[in-house]
Amino acid sequence: MRFCVLRNLRSFLHGMYAGIPIGLGYFAVSFAFGIQARAAGLSAVQAFLLSGTNLTSAGQFAGLAVIQSAGSLATLALTQVVINLRYCLMSCALSQKLSAETPFAHRFLMACGVTDEIFGVSISVRGYLSPYYLYGQTVVAWPGWAFGTLSGALAGNILPSSITAALGMALYGMFVAIVVPAAREDRKVLSVVFAAALLSMLFWYCPILSSISPGTRIILVTFLTAGTAAFCYPMPSAEVRHGS
Amino acid sequence: MEADSIWLAIAVMAGVTYAIRMLPLVILKREIRQPNVRAFLYYVPYATLTAMTIPAAIVEAPTLISGLSGVFIAILLAFWRVSLVLVAAIASFTVWIVEAFL
Repeated sequence: MRFCVLRNLRSFLHGMYAGIPIGLGYFAVSFAFGIQARAAGLSAVQAFLLSGTNLTSAGQFAGLAVIQSAGSLATLALTQVVINLRYCLMSCALSQKLSAETPFAHRFLMACGVTDEIFGVSISVRGYLSPYYLYGQTVVAWPGWAFGTLSGALAGNILPSSITAALGMALYGMFVAIVVPAAREDRKVLSVVFAAALLSMLFWYCPILSSISPGTRIILVTFLTAGTAAFCYPMPSAEVRHGS
Repeated sequence: MEADSIWLAIAVMAGVTYAIRMLPLVILKREIRQPNVRAFLYYVPYATLTAMTIPAAIVEAPTLISGLSGVFIAILLAFWRVSLVLVAAIASFTVWIVEAFL
């Protein structure tokens, strides 16, 4: 029993160490999110709570777009499902890394910390994943994300507009950093990315299509391009890879 | 959106996002084997992130030239596998520099 506690503590501390770069990166990116959240009409407290309860860049960012365009809650929910669908895949993969004896309580709690980065670190451990390793990362990464947002939401007002405008590029830079390396390695991903970019521009500039709200546009482009790719390039079990 | 519905929006986003993360961990004891479903889940993030970035990153920047520069630098750095945080930071810096000197 005592041995077990020590082993869990060890996993937790290892996780905290692995979480340091994640937390620092989150702070920088969520600072930009905080500024954008204020611009979308959220208070600093609302922005902080949004980041604290969601812990996801792309989903929150798309959510802001829906809130800003006064979209319905159904649109908002659907946007979150589509954009955060990758977490479903990640959780599926993580469920395979857990010992079958892992209690339900751990599974419910672990779900709070499934992000691109924490998933990437957790899935790369040898053997079974200790839930405590994931908790260690989460307790370091979460404050970075939540307080980064709060700082951005509070400081956004006092920063000159040239700096807030430049920080707006930070989130997009992060998205590019996720997509480009994968597209470089996998030509199928590259074709999905090209198709999505073209279609998205079409939706943006075409006279009638441009009246579609940003959330709906993102959902439509995603379903059309990822759906076509899934139809053309099915993926047998052995070949699966996970975006980080 | 009204102040009240923003709270509601936050709750909806948190609930949906948590459910997506939690359900597979709790329900799934075996891995998904259907090749089209696997492929779809694999391609979704790339399609979504691209649709969110293009053309929003360029048209939302203060000017077309700074937006294009920021995205171009980000793609270049990401192609060289520069880390996520650095790509985000340098892309922002690029927008600021271009705006400051043009």
